[in-house]
Amino acid sequence: MWDYSDTVKEHFFNPRNAGAVADSNAIGEVGSLSCGDALRLTLKVDPENETILDAGFQTFGCGSAIASSSALTEIIKGMTLDQALKVSNQDIADYLDGLPPEKMHCSVMGREALQSAVANYRGEVWSDDHEEGAMICKCFAVDEVLIEETIRANHLSSVEEVSNYTKAGGGCSACHEGIETILARVLKEQGRDFQPAASPAKAPERQRVAVGMPLMPKRAQTASPAEQPSTDAAAVATSATAPPASSASVAPPPGSAALAAASPAAATANQAEPSAKSRPKLSNLARIRRIEQTIESIRPNLQRDHGDIELIDVDGKNIFVKMVGACSGCQLAAVTLEGIQERICEDLGELVRVLPEQAMAVAQRA
Amino acid sequence: MNTDTMSSTSMSSDQPSTGIYLDNNATTMVAPEVVEAMLPYFSDQFGNASSMHQFGDRVGRAIKTARQQVQALLGAELDSEIVFTSCGTESDSTAILSALKAQPERREIITTVVEHPAVLSLCEHLEKDGYTVHRLEVDGQGRLDLARYQSLLSDQVAIVSVMWANNETGTLFPVEQMAEMAREAGVMFHTDAVQAVGKLTIDLKTTAIDMLSLSGHKLHAPKGIGVLYLRRGTRFRPLLRGGHQERGRRAGTENSASIVALGKACELAQAHLETERTQVAALRDRLEQGILEVVPNSFVTGDPSNRLPNTSNIAFEFIEGEAILLLLNKLGIAASSGSACTSGSLEPSHVMRAMGIPFTAAHGTTRFSLSRYTTAEEIERVIEAVPPVVAQLRKLSPYWDQDRPATEGQGHQAGFQPAYA
Repeated sequence: MWDYSDTVKEHFFNPRNAGAVADSNAIGEVGSLSCGDALRLTLKVDPENETILDAGFQTFGCGSAIASSSALTEIIKGMTLDQALKVSNQDIADYLDGLPPEKMHCSVMGREALQSAVANYRGEVWSDDHEEGAMICKCFAVDEVLIEETIRANHLSSVEEVSNYTKAGGGCSACHEGIETILARVLKEQGRDFQPAASPAKAPERQRVAVGMPLMPKRAQTASPAEQPSTDAAAVATSATAPPASSASVAPPPGSAALAAASPAAATANQAEPSAKSRPKLSNLARIRRIEQTIESIRPNLQRDHGDIELIDVDGKNIFVKMVGACSGCQLAAVTLEGIQERICEDLGELVRVLPEQAMAVAQRA
Repeated sequence: MNTDTMSSTSMSSDQPSTGIYLDNNATTMVAPEVVEAMLPYFSDQFGNASSMHQFGDRVGRAIKTARQQVQALLGAELDSEIVFTSCGTESDSTAILSALKAQPERREIITTVVEHPAVLSLCEHLEKDGYTVHRLEVDGQGRLDLARYQSLLSDQVAIVSVMWANNETGTLFPVEQMAEMAREAGVMFHTDAVQAVGKLTIDLKTTAIDMLSLSGHKLHAPKGIGVLYLRRGTRFRPLLRGGHQERGRRAGTENSASIVALGKACELAQAHLETERTQVAALRDRLEQGILEVVPNSFVTGDPSNRLPNTSNIAFEFIEGEAILLLLNKLGIAASSGSACTSGSLEPSHVMRAMGIPFTAAHGTTRFSLSRYTTAEEIERVIEAVPPVVAQLRKLSPYWDQDRPATEGQGHQAGFQPAYA
């Protein structure tokens, strides 16, 4: 049921550096209470230059915990301790050609074991301040503790804001009920009421949809419903690509009339062909430039997740792009594309389709 | 949260085309006779049972036969007590929500901590709506305290919902006795018998059970068909309203092919009840004995003296279940685990935690669930395959030192004490 990469399988079935290093001089022992995994990392460090001569692991855990441990030892052998400390859990996951989101904590454990071992070598005491809670958002591997802390630190009050800050809920939206529950609890502690229909504190002029569809708060619409094609999936996908630290990219342009699509009628209207009469028609060149600008503004978000996107061609209403890096082959690529499509539609004021380059041949035949 | 039963892990690309399937508590193969029986209802017999013509009439008759076949397996007094649903979960939800709706003045529910998520998640949700949920705890072998149960029964309780057999350990609850106690107290009793039907002799007419859920795909019928047994006279409010199907108790055009299939599967199950009790149980015991004999630090969880004939849940200490399943799968053996990592949740099985199994063992629990199709030869192959798999993983485990747990060892492994996040 887990979609493990071939590299993960290879490292699980044939782990490298399994067992303790015989004459080790650094030991790191860590465990994760929440999932019950545990790892002992033993290192042989050259006292002259702090180079890791040998590394061995012993792991109590699942397939990806064992594979992550194996990968970690391969990565750090030959590094100095300072270099090794810079190895992130994302590096471990990348080495394994990715881990399922729910399994990312396995790579975190590897990094912690390394920190613990280095502390042990240097005669320091390492204590773990990392708290792990129940996984809420499976699309982006965001746990309860992170969501709770982010709500508190930033005084968030809506699911949409939580998605903007943590990405949680920005994918399939199945966890929105869970996020609402956390919001309700935290807000109650602060003496506030959670109102699914309420406007977020920082942007009181924005309205949102909640009445009758509390699990699918749609972000505020920036154009008239007839102009703006929008699906729930696209709406949340845009939130997903927004930088966590700033909600600017999803906030409506200043001064635009906020409009809540609160009724089913409005939702239906959203799917209607746009009239585009309220905006001047762009020249071809201006239109392509604008598409480029929009894609440029999205790229940093994708790059942060080790992905990227390139504009390949614009053919009438069809915009062809190439998904690169982690985006290529990503299960959520379709969602990402929908999100990008919605941004471009919004910026151009017309209905376009964003398609992967593989669709070019098909589209041209059609 | 563990879904369906316990989750199974597979890496399809590595899987041999023929394997040894010991995950029958998750789902079962559809019996060839069942496939044969249902096929005409996808083609020639396409009618709507409600229609006033021969096309509908033939389907209507077939559904009636199926209803009687289910009735016979459950030992129900009347065939009208059988309501076809889409699955066990729907049956559970229908039963519990009906009891609450029909008795609005009663605001309490009694259930257990080891129920299937179909009941547990619903109860959690109802709690948020202001209902009080009493969850009976279990002891180290997964048994209930009936005195505690008795003390909770009152006229505030709308329904008791207790599983007949636990999906992870196979442990049986004394539901017949508990139903009598509920009746004495004037409380409705529902049992999720998804794992028990077809494996145990059930005779509902001699019990005080008011409602019972079963699921087709656990007894060699296809997925997408279930039954709610509803004792005549039990106050009822439907979950789905609409047409008059199932006497207005479950609206929606009948899933005729699957209903016919379930009927046939029930007939076959009844014919094989003795096989389950003798042959399947003997194979299960052989498997258990064969493994426990050779693998140190392993033990059976649940109540071995009182459980389903097909289920064995073995805890292998100091290793983790998903890793076990992946290695077994490579050898073509399909089982399942109570480990956190197979389910996508971060916590080990709620059943193992409820029984107080330490996490170093709970994570290594592996469930083997047999069926009447399991052969002695397959069991011998599994007995041979398991010990090296366990040994291979223990070699990687920091809790294990050569041939014994690290805590008992003298070497550098002694007392592995990780810093916990």
